[in-house]
Amino acid sequence: MSGKGGTGKTTVAAALALALAEEGKRTLLVEVEGRQGIAQLFETQALPYEERKIAVAPGGGEVYALAIDPELALLDYLQMFYKLGSAGRALRKLGAIDFATTIAPGVRDVLLTGKACEAVRRKDRGGRFVYDYVVMDAPPTGRITRFLNVNDEVAGLAKIGPIHNQAQAVMRVLKSPETAVHLVTLLEEMPVQETADGIAELRAARLPVGRVIVNMVRPQVLGAGDLELVGSVPRSAVARSLSSAGLGGARRGGHAERLVEPLLAQAEEYAERYALETEQRAVLAELGVPLHELPLLAEGMDLAGLYALARKLRGQGVS
Amino acid sequence: MNRRPEPAQDQDEDPGREHLAPARALDIDPLIENPDTRIVVCCGSGGVGKTTTAAALGLRAAERGRKVVVLTIDPARRLAQSMGIDSLDNTPRRVKGIDDSAGGELHAMMLDMKRTFDEIVEAHADPERASAILGNPFYQSLSAGFAGTQEYMAMEKLGQLRSRDEWDLIVVDTPPSRSALDFLDAPKRLGSFLDGKLIRVLLAPAKVGGRAGMKFLNVGMSMMTGALGKVLGGQLLRDVQTFVAAMDSMFGGFRTRADATYKLLQAPGTAFLVVAAPERDALREAAYFVERLAAEDMPLAGLVLNRVHGSGAGRLSAERALAAAENLEDSRIVDQPDGKAGLRNSPDTYGSSESSARNVTDGGSPATEDVTDAAPEDDPTSTDAAAGDGDTDAEHSVERLTAGLLRLHAERMQLLARERRTRDRFTALHPEVAMTEVAALPGDVHDLAGLRDIGERLAVGRTELSDTP
Repeated sequence: MSGKGGTGKTTVAAALALALAEEGKRTLLVEVEGRQGIAQLFETQALPYEERKIAVAPGGGEVYALAIDPELALLDYLQMFYKLGSAGRALRKLGAIDFATTIAPGVRDVLLTGKACEAVRRKDRGGRFVYDYVVMDAPPTGRITRFLNVNDEVAGLAKIGPIHNQAQAVMRVLKSPETAVHLVTLLEEMPVQETADGIAELRAARLPVGRVIVNMVRPQVLGAGDLELVGSVPRSAVARSLSSAGLGGARRGGHAERLVEPLLAQAEEYAERYALETEQRAVLAELGVPLHELPLLAEGMDLAGLYALARKLRGQGVS
Repeated sequence: MNRRPEPAQDQDEDPGREHLAPARALDIDPLIENPDTRIVVCCGSGGVGKTTTAAALGLRAAERGRKVVVLTIDPARRLAQSMGIDSLDNTPRRVKGIDDSAGGELHAMMLDMKRTFDEIVEAHADPERASAILGNPFYQSLSAGFAGTQEYMAMEKLGQLRSRDEWDLIVVDTPPSRSALDFLDAPKRLGSFLDGKLIRVLLAPAKVGGRAGMKFLNVGMSMMTGALGKVLGGQLLRDVQTFVAAMDSMFGGFRTRADATYKLLQAPGTAFLVVAAPERDALREAAYFVERLAAEDMPLAGLVLNRVHGSGAGRLSAERALAAAENLEDSRIVDQPDGKAGLRNSPDTYGSSESSARNVTDGGSPATEDVTDAAPEDDPTSTDAAAGDGDTDAEHSVERLTAGLLRLHAERMQLLARERRTRDRFTALHPEVAMTEVAALPGDVHDLAGLRDIGERLAVGRTELSDTP
C-alpha cells in the first residue's frame, strides 16, 4: 500500500488488513518507516520488532502487526544465515550496521522488503502458510518503485553472493501475481498526478499494480442543480427559506439574512472543489486500474472509523 | 435530555472568530524583510504544502525588495512550471513576471542530487581519480539517491549557495524524508561514517593491495571484512573498497563541509519554519520537529499551519444548521402547509432531537435570545415564507438549496472544530511556538498569482473567512 504523503496510506493499509482478516483469516500488517503509525491507529503501545496480535476482525480473523527495524532485521538476517552472534555485535560497534542500514545503497530497503517476503513465505509445521495475507504500509508513491525494485538493482550491483540471492528471491515474490501494489490518493491534483506517475513507473518496472483507493472522499452535499442555482438564486429567497427553518429574520440585517452571503460563499468554494474533483475523477478513470472510494470520516480517524473503513473496503470487493 | 435551548452556547461557540487566539502569532513579513535573515528552512512531513510555502515565501520576500533564491527538492510539476523551472539543471534560474518595483529578484532551482554529488567529486579530485569514482558502480547507486544522499546533497547545495553570497535570502524546501530527522542527521551520519573505524577496515585491504595485505591486519579486522564480504558479496565489497580508496583524499573535505553546513543551520541568520496542516499526523510530526530542532539548537521561527478552514457564519453551530436543514427537508417532504405543524408537534420523530426541539420551540416566531437580538423583523417574512409555500418548483428548489447550504455549513463547522482541537493540542504542548495560519484554497496553486495569494495569507496569518461577519 503506497500513496502520496498525507493521503492516509497507513489508515487504508490498516483498514485493508482488517478487511482481509475477516472470516478466520490471519493477516500481518507491516510497517517499514519507523513512524509507529500502526500503533497510534490501533491505540496500542509502540510496536516492537516482533509480530504481535493487535486486532480481531469480525468472523474470528486476526490482524498481527510488525514494525520492521532495519538494524534488527540485519542482525536477524546475519544470525539466521551465518550464525554471526558475536561478530554481529562487533560489526555494530564498528559502525558497520549503521553503514549497512543507512548509507549502503539499498541494503536497508532490501532488508525491509526481505523481512516482509519472509513473512509471506513462512509456513507452519503443517506446511500451511502462517499468514494468509501480508499488507505493507510502504513508502510514498514517489519512492515506491525504487523501494520495491531496489532488489533488482542490488542484484545487479552484487552480482553474486547472499545479498544477490536474497534480492532475487524477494523480486520473485514481489513480481508474482500474489503481490499487488495498491495506491492511495485524494481527489486533488497533486496526489492524482503522483498516482498516475507512480503507476507508470511501477508498470515500467514490471511490478504488479493493484487498485487505486481514493481516500477521504467528501459526501456530495449539493447536487448539480443546486450548484447552478447558487449563482442565480435571489438572496432574499434564501433568507426567507433560512428564516422559515427557524434561523431568525429574513429582513436586511436580520439573522437569517446575514447568513446568506457566507453560506453562499461556502457553496461557491464547494462548487470550485466539486469541479476539480470531477476533473480528477476523470483522470483516475483513465488509468485503467480498478478504483475504490473511502469516505472522509467527519469525526476524524479512530478505531471505530477504521473498522467502518474496513467494512467499506469489503463491501466494494477489495478484499 | 435538556429541552431548553442553551443560551451560553452561542456566545462561546464561535470557532470562526477565535481562530488565532491561543497561539502566539508568527509575523512573516518582519522575518523575511529583515536583512539579517539569510536562510529560511521549511521543514515538515510530506503532503502539507512545504514546497508551496517555500515558493510563496520566496516570492513575497522578492517582491519586498530582497534578492532571493528558492531551493526546491521535488516540486510538483505545475508548481515548478509556475516559477518557470521545468528543467532540472541544478542551477538557479531567474523567475520572470514578479513585481520587481522594490528592487528584488527571485531565482529558483531544483536540486539534482546526482549532479551535485558529481560536482563535489569533480571539484575535489584530480581528473583521473574523479573518473574512477564516477565510474564506480557503488558510487553510481549511492549518488542516484539511496537513503540519506538526498538530504546530504540538499544541505551541501545550501552550503554552496550560501558561500557564493549572491543572494540576500535563501529559502530551502527540505526533502520528503522518511522521518523528520533525516535531513538533520544525514550530514552528521555521513561525517561519522567517513571518520569511522569501518572506513579504515574497508580501506586497509585495498590500500595494501588486496588479499596479500590481509595478513597484516589483525584477526578481528579480517573477520570483519570477511563478514562484510559474506553479507554484501565479494564483488560489491571490492567496489566499495575501491570507491572508499578513491574518495580517501576527499573525506576530510566532506567532514568539514558537513560540519560547516550544520553550523550554518544553527547560525542566527537562519530561521526554521515548521510547516504542517491541521491534521493529527501532520501536527504530531510538527511537534517532533519542534522538539528536535530545540535539541539541536536550531533557531525555530515558528509554525506555518496550512489549509486551515474558516467560516463567515461561525455563529451558526453545526447542530443548529443541521436541525434547520432537517426542518426544511421535512417540510418539503410533507409538502403541505400543515406539514410544519406536524413537525412541531412531534419533534421526537426527527433526528437530532435536542437541536430540533430547540427549533421547534423557536418555531416561526423566534423566542430565544440569539434569535430575538436580531430583531423584531421576524413575522412578516417568516410567515410569508412559511405560507409562501406556494408549491411552485422554484420555491422548492430554493428550499432544497438552502437545506444543502446548511448541511454544507454543518460540515464546515465540524471540520473547523476538529481542526481547532488538533491545533489546540499542539499549542498546549508547545505554547512557545509562534504560529501563522493559511486559509485553505479549494484548488492547487499553479501560477505566480496563486503563490502571491498564499504569501499574503501567510503574512496576514488568519483564515480569510474567519473574521468577515
